[in-house]
Amino acid sequence: MTDVLNAIVLLGNFVLVPGLAYGSQLALGALGVTLIYGILRFSNLAHGETMSFGAMITILVTWLLQANGISFHPLPTALLALPFGIIGAVALCLIVDRLVYRYYRQQRSTSSIYLIVSIGVMLITGGLIRFIIGPGDRKITDGERFIIKARDFKEMTGLNEGLAIKTTQGVTVITAVSVVAFVFWFLGRTRTGKAMRAYSDNEDLALLSGINPERVVMIAWIMTGALATIAGTLYGLDKSFKPFTYMQLLLPIFAAAIVGGVGNPIGAIVGGFVVAFSELIITFAYRKVFMYLLPDEMAPEGMIQLLSTDYKFAVSFVILVIVLLVKPTGIFSGKLL
Amino acid sequence: MTQTHQPTTTAQSRRNILLFGIMTLLLCFVGFVQSWNVTFSLLNMCLISAIMALGLNIQWGYAGLFNVGVMGFAALGGLAGVLVSQAPIPAAWAAGGAGVVGGLITGLATILAGLAVWRRTRMRGRQRHWLTGLTVLVGYTVMRMIIDPAVSAIEAIDPARAGFLGGAGMPIIFSWAVGGIFAAAVAWVVGRISLGLRSDYLAIATLGISEIIIYFLKFEDWLTRGVKNVAGLSRPVPYEVDLNKSAQFQEFASSIGMNVIDASSLVVKISYAILFTLVLLVILWLSEAALRSPWGRMMRAIRDNETAASAMGKDVTSRHLQVFVLGSAVVGIAGAMLTTLDGQFTPTSYQPLRFTFLIWVMVIIGGSGNNWGAVLGGFLIWFFWIEAEPMGLWVMDALTSGMPDGHWLRMHLMDSAAHTRLMTMGLVLLLVLRFSPRGLIPEVKR
Amino acid sequence: MTYLAGEMMTGGYGGADILHECSIGVDRGEIAVVVGPNGAGKSTAMKAVFGMLGLRTGRVTLDGEDITSLKPQERVLQGMGFVPQNQNVFTTMTVEENLEMGAFIRRDDISLTMKQVYALFPVLHEKRRQPAGELSGGQRQQVAVGRALMTQPQVLMLDEPTAGVSPIVMDELFDRIIEVAKTGIAVLMVEQNARQALEIADRGFVLVQGRNAYTDSGVALLANPEVRKAFLGG
Repeated sequence: MTDVLNAIVLLGNFVLVPGLAYGSQLALGALGVTLIYGILRFSNLAHGETMSFGAMITILVTWLLQANGISFHPLPTALLALPFGIIGAVALCLIVDRLVYRYYRQQRSTSSIYLIVSIGVMLITGGLIRFIIGPGDRKITDGERFIIKARDFKEMTGLNEGLAIKTTQGVTVITAVSVVAFVFWFLGRTRTGKAMRAYSDNEDLALLSGINPERVVMIAWIMTGALATIAGTLYGLDKSFKPFTYMQLLLPIFAAAIVGGVGNPIGAIVGGFVVAFSELIITFAYRKVFMYLLPDEMAPEGMIQLLSTDYKFAVSFVILVIVLLVKPTGIFSGKLL
Repeated sequence: MTQTHQPTTTAQSRRNILLFGIMTLLLCFVGFVQSWNVTFSLLNMCLISAIMALGLNIQWGYAGLFNVGVMGFAALGGLAGVLVSQAPIPAAWAAGGAGVVGGLITGLATILAGLAVWRRTRMRGRQRHWLTGLTVLVGYTVMRMIIDPAVSAIEAIDPARAGFLGGAGMPIIFSWAVGGIFAAAVAWVVGRISLGLRSDYLAIATLGISEIIIYFLKFEDWLTRGVKNVAGLSRPVPYEVDLNKSAQFQEFASSIGMNVIDASSLVVKISYAILFTLVLLVILWLSEAALRSPWGRMMRAIRDNETAASAMGKDVTSRHLQVFVLGSAVVGIAGAMLTTLDGQFTPTSYQPLRFTFLIWVMVIIGGSGNNWGAVLGGFLIWFFWIEAEPMGLWVMDALTSGMPDGHWLRMHLMDSAAHTRLMTMGLVLLLVLRFSPRGLIPEVKR
Repeated sequence: MTYLAGEMMTGGYGGADILHECSIGVDRGEIAVVVGPNGAGKSTAMKAVFGMLGLRTGRVTLDGEDITSLKPQERVLQGMGFVPQNQNVFTTMTVEENLEMGAFIRRDDISLTMKQVYALFPVLHEKRRQPAGELSGGQRQQVAVGRALMTQPQVLMLDEPTAGVSPIVMDELFDRIIEVAKTGIAVLMVEQNARQALEIADRGFVLVQGRNAYTDSGVALLANPEVRKAFLGG
C-alpha cells in the first residue's frame, strides 16, 4: 500500500505539481495569443518578447524595491513589482499598436503582412530587452522558497517520497486561476467584454451595432500586455529569466492556442495544460514508479523514459502536428471569444 | 498597399545597376579601409545569404508561403556537410551501425504502421485513436530498444575524437546537393501536414520543426557529435598551409607584392567566392527561368487570388507543396555551403534571429517576389549585420563621450551596443514595410 | 415627403456604376419592397441607402434631412436599423447577448425593448440562453431582425430576410414584419420572392440593371400584366 502511495507522491511531485505551474504559465501566454488572434486576426509572433518585456520591467522594479529594503516576505518581491511590469508591457503594446499595427488595420492588410510586421516588432522588442537587461540569466526569486518541503512531507507522512511545492508554483497557480476567472468574467458579463466577443465573432455586424473597433482593439492589447507580463513573470520566477527562453516559449504557447482552437479562450487554457502535462508525462523517467509498483524481481533496468527531456519542445510540436492532422480547428473549434 | 506608378523598365534596370554598384562600392570600401581579406569574408557570407534569401523568396515572393523555419533547413544543409565529407568510422559502425539502421527502419515502419492503422481501420472515434496510439507506442518502444544500446555503443567509441558514425568520406562539395535533398525531404513532410490549412499554421509548424531539427542535431551525438561539434571538415579549395609551402605560390605572392600568409588566405577566400558565385548564378538563373515560365505565372496567380485560382481548377495545395519544397532545398544548399565555408559544424550556432528572421529582413528589404531583390537584400543586410556592430559601438562611443570613463551608463551602453543591431534590423524591416512595401527592387508585374 | 428616401442614386463599388439614377423610399408604418431579377442592384441600392457604398450623384434623406455623407454607424444613431443578408447574427453568442449587442449604442434601460422583441418573437425568449449559431435558419432571421430592433429604429432595412428559409417560415416572417410595420416603423426590404413580398407591400420598386423599371403600390404591381409577365412568371 505504501508503495502505491509512494508512486503516487512521486508522480505528484514530478508531474502534477510542475505541470500545474507550467500549464498555468502556458495557458496565460496562449490566452494572450488567442485574444490578439480573435480581435486582430493574426498570429502575433512578438508575443514571446512581450512576455519577456513585461517580465523585464518587473525584474527592474524588483531590484529597485530590493535595493530599498522593501520585500513581500514570504512571497517573492516580484509580485509587488508585477503591476509596474504590466503597465510597462501595456504601454509597449499600445505604442506599438498606434505606431505600427493601426496603419495595417486601416489598410486592411492580410494576415501574412501582419505576421511579417510582428517579426519586425519582435526584433525591435527583443533588441530593446537585450539592450536594457542583457542576454544573461537572471534569478529573481526571493522570499520563502517552499510551501511544503520534501523533507517535511516525508516526516509528516512517513513515506519515502517527498512532495515539494515551491512558493513560486503555488503563486503561479493561484495567480493564474484568479486572472483566468477575471478574464472570463470580463468577457462573459461586462458590456465591453461582450462587445469584444461580438467583434471577434462578426466584425461587420459589430460595426453595424455601433461597437467602436479601435476601442475593442485597445482593450485587447491592454489585456494581452497584462496577461503576457503575468505569464512571463511567473515563468521567470518559476524557472529563471533569460530573454532567449521566451522566444522558445513561442512554440509551446502557439501549440497550446492551436490545440484548444485559436481565438477560443477556453481552448487556450485547456491547450496550455494539455501541452504542459504531455511534455512532463512524456519526458518523465518512470523507473522509480515501476520500482514501487512492481515486485523487486521485475524492476526495470532502463530509465523508462519515453523521450529525453532534451526534446521537451518536440512534444509541443508533435501535439501540434497531431492536431493539424486530425482536427485543424482545435479541440474547441476556433475563432470565437 | 499603395501602388505607385510603374517605373519604366529601363529606369528600373538603371536603378538596379546603381544599387548593385553601391553594394560593390561598400565592399570595396571595406577592402581599402579594413582589408581585402575582410572584404572577401564578407562577400562569401553575402553570397550564401543571397542564396538563402533566394530560397525564402521562392516561397514567400512567388507563392506567399510563410516559412519561419529557415534556420532548420539551413542546419540540415550543415548536417549534410558532415555526413558527406567526414570519413566513416568503422569501429563505430561495427559497434552500433546495425542497431541504428535497424532502429531507424523500425521507426519508419512504426510511422507507416501508424498511418495505415489510422487510414484503414473502419472503427470510429475513440477506438481508432487508441489503436493508432498503441501501434505507435509499441513501435516506438521497439525502436528505442534496438537503437538505445547501439547509440551508447557508438558514442563510447573514442568519444574525444569520434563518438559518432562519421560520414561517407566523399568530397564536401557533394554535400551541397545532399543538403538540398535533406531540406527538401523534411519540407515535403512539413508541407504535407500544414499546407492547405490556414496560412499561419505553416508559420507555426515551420517554427516548430526548425527548433526540433536544432535539438536533434544538438542531442543526437551518434549522428552529429552534438554539442561536441564536428571540426576540420574537408575543403573544396586548397588549404592555406599547403599554399604557403608551395614554391610556386611563394613566387606568385612576391610577384604581386604581398606577403605569403595574406596572399594564401586571400586566394582561399577568392576561390570560395568563385564557387559560391557560380552556385548563386545557377540558382538565380533557374529561379528567373522558373519565374518567367508558365509555372511561375500560375504561382503568382495563385498567390494573388487563391480562391479564383482554385476555382479555375488549379490544385493550390500541391503547387504550394512544390514551391515550399523547392525553396527549402535552396536554403538547404546554402546551409551546406555555409558549413563548408566554416569548416566545422556547430549545432549551437543556429539561432533563429540570425538564421530565420534575418533572412526574412533580407527578402522584404530586397523586394519580395524579385530574385534580384532577394540577392541584393542578402548582400546588403549581411553587410550591415556585420558592420553594424562596429558602427553601433562607434555611435555609442560618440554619444557617451561626454561621460567620464567607467560611468555606469557609458559602460552599459558600450556593452549593449551589439544588441542595437537587432533593433536596427527590426526597425528597417518595419520602415520598409510601411513606406516601401515592395522593397528596393520591386517585383516586376509581367 | 417620403420619410426615408434614396433619390436618383448613381454609384458602385469603385469601377463601373451599378446603380443608375435609382430612387427608392419608404414612409413610416409602411412596407416597401425592392424586387427585380438577379444582378439588378437590389442589395446595392439598400447598401447605398445605408451608406455602405459611395454615391457619385443623388442623395439620401431621412425625415427631410440629408444624410448622404453619414457613415453607417452614424445612420444607426439616426434611427436606422439594418439586417444584412448573410452573417447577420453573432453565432457564438447567445440570443440574449445578440439582442444586447444590438442595443450597444443605447445607454438607457433596454429591458423593455427586449421584452417587446420577445413578445414579437416568442421562440427567441424560449431560446434566449442558446448560442444563435445553433438555431434554425428561420430563428436566426428572427434574431437578426430582433437585434436590429433593439436600437428602437424608425426605419428597418432588411436584405432578403427570407433567403434560404422554407415557405412556411417565410410566411411567418412576413407576418412578423407586418407587425413591425404596424408599430409605426418604416420597413424597407429587398426580396427574392417577389410575388409574396409584393402582396404585403405598400410600395414596390422593380429594378432592372440598376434603374427603376416600375414603381407603384404592391397591389398595382401585382396587377400590372407587364410586371407579371417579366418578373412574376406570368
